[in-house]
Amino acid sequence: MSSIVFVESADGKVKKTSLEAVAFAHAMGGAVTAVAMGAVDSSDLESIGKYGATKVLHAADARLNQGIAKAYSAVLIQAISQENADHLILAGSSLGTPVAALVSIALKASLATNVVELPNTSSGFVVKRSIYTGKAFSYVELTAAKKVLVIKKNAAELKEVGSSVSVTAFNPALSDTDFNAKILSTEKATGEVLLPEAEIVVSGGRGLKGPEHWGLIEDLAKSLHAATGCSKPVSDLGWRPHHEHVGQTGIKVAPQLYIAVGISGAIQHLAGVNSSKFIVVINKDPDAPFFKAADYGIVGDAFEVLPKLTAAVKAAK
Amino acid sequence: MKILVCITHVPDTTSKVNFTDNNTKFDSIGVQYIIGPYDDYALARAIELKEATGASVTAINVGLAETEPTIRKALAIGADDAIRVNSEPTDSFFVASQIAAHAQGFDLILMGRESIDYNSGVVHSLVGEMLGLPSFSPVMKLEIEGTTVKMSREIEGGKEILEAKLPLVAGCQEPIAEWKIPNMRGIMSARTKPLKVVDAVAVESTVKSQKFQLPAPKGAVKMVSADNVGELVSLLKNEAKVL
Ligand SMILES: Cc1cc2nc3c(=O)[nH]c(=O)nc-3n(C[C@H](O)[C@H](O)[C@H](O)COP(=O)(O)OP(=O)(O)OC[C@H]3O[C@@H](n4cnc5c(N)ncnc54)[C@H](O)[C@@H]3O)c2cc1C
Ligand SMILES: Nc1ncnc2c1ncn2[C@@H]1O[C@H](COP(=O)(O)O)[C@@H](O)[C@H]1O
Repeated sequence: MSSIVFVESADGKVKKTSLEAVAFAHAMGGAVTAVAMGAVDSSDLESIGKYGATKVLHAADARLNQGIAKAYSAVLIQAISQENADHLILAGSSLGTPVAALVSIALKASLATNVVELPNTSSGFVVKRSIYTGKAFSYVELTAAKKVLVIKKNAAELKEVGSSVSVTAFNPALSDTDFNAKILSTEKATGEVLLPEAEIVVSGGRGLKGPEHWGLIEDLAKSLHAATGCSKPVSDLGWRPHHEHVGQTGIKVAPQLYIAVGISGAIQHLAGVNSSKFIVVINKDPDAPFFKAADYGIVGDAFEVLPKLTAAVKAAK
Repeated sequence: MKILVCITHVPDTTSKVNFTDNNTKFDSIGVQYIIGPYDDYALARAIELKEATGASVTAINVGLAETEPTIRKALAIGADDAIRVNSEPTDSFFVASQIAAHAQGFDLILMGRESIDYNSGVVHSLVGEMLGLPSFSPVMKLEIEGTTVKMSREIEGGKEILEAKLPLVAGCQEPIAEWKIPNMRGIMSARTKPLKVVDAVAVESTVKSQKFQLPAPKGAVKMVSADNVGELVSLLKNEAKVL
């Protein structure tokens, strides 16, 4: 049994969610080959071995510097064939998920997304998926010979189990038709912690009263090395960019810690945060529904609590 | 131009999720069904394109007879006709195969970024690949100039502006268009618009649902006084161990 893991990178750095995918594949057992695309720092590539990859294939073709799902799937299909791999493991993302789907068609593989745990192979091959936007799970049996698993954040524990490995250049055949889109530009928050991948998220709701008060959220986030998020009305009102809106119709986050400030806790908001390990709610209304979903709560005015909390976090460091 | 919009029939976003039959079936008692919120964005954009260019809009759903009120709602919002593939939507590959069987000849196939029941987020990619067409998701903006489609796609922490050629498949999300509410005339005319019911094509599925499970109930919340935020920090550090 062996696995291929698609390793995503941004600005030359391997993404942590992809290292989790490597750790997941390692925990499944068997040989693990990681495949990276485009320009990636060589030290980052070598260190993939620490998380359990026994081999790293690097497709450095400059055309792969841009994430085009069709081209990436063409690379992975060839890697799977070369390595005769049984499984493809990927971290769920705006690139990983479509790539998984395309590969599954080409290989007639069973496909499961939103996988939250290691598969149970005691009888057949059964994976646990998150469904109904985090409100439930389903167990599905995958019966095809090849399997493609897209894992959710925190599905595997990220721990060092090996050492650096050597990187082999991989030169798959790519045709122009594999590049079926032209990426004209990307606009990305740089230097900040990205919301979908953050370990800690500080989110603000309509209780913050206006965009001019977001400094309070940002200060706390900075002190915790956290990403910032918001409720839907906050992005609808244009107080914050759309890509920060958390919930049923926005980003689904799964951090270690989610801090919600001035957010009532509507079921559609909860749907985006219910995979968080711990939830802290700060709200001036003791009856705010969010407290029912929280681990820790403070009833209080955000404008008073936030500066104190930021100071307390800094003091504790 | 011909546009196909794929819509799901899903529990309202405020629904409590429960299962019956030994955790093998969704419990639909007391549940309101809606057009999937992302599919609603796809439909709204399709109607905008229809109004701007005279495109035709066909809605398709893979589901049993109970989904028809939801399909009629799509017709009331402005789709010209609809197809229902008379079958239980068991898994993404099955659903995509059904949609692909009816998607020939369309210039643009719009879907939601994901269904809010299965949350697979892959039917658009699967349909695209089955038809040999490019697919993109989640698309937040979509403009057509001739045969070129200019899109903005959400990526982690930002967006990407890209261009591709028709025909293509797009999984939509806000703010691609504003949700549309059917008006009285739409509701009246929806009753007589064509809704074709077809049998499913045979597909060998390799993903078999075994059972469902609800998450473990949350323990009681621990309250901390607003005058003592230091205690929260020490709980997060020493008890939760997340700092
Ligand atoms: C189909 C659908 C999809 C949706 N999807 C989403 C989604 O993805 N994400 C999402 O967030 N919402 C979503 N919503 C909207 C959702 O139902 C709620 O309306 C929304 O989450 C409320 O946002 P809020 O908590 O910021 O605002 P409000 O409900 O107005 O709550 C503000 C909270 O702030 C508190 N507050 C006020 N002043 C202070 C203060 N000084 N200090 C501390 N607390 C204070 C109040 O007590 C209150 O609890 C969706 C709705 C629908 C119908
Ligand atoms: N049963 C179905 N009938 C029609 N369209 C569907 C069905 N299931 C999924 N889709 C479409 O595919 C999109 C993505 O669904 P999913 O891959 O299940 O998350 C949805 O937003 C719909 O547009």
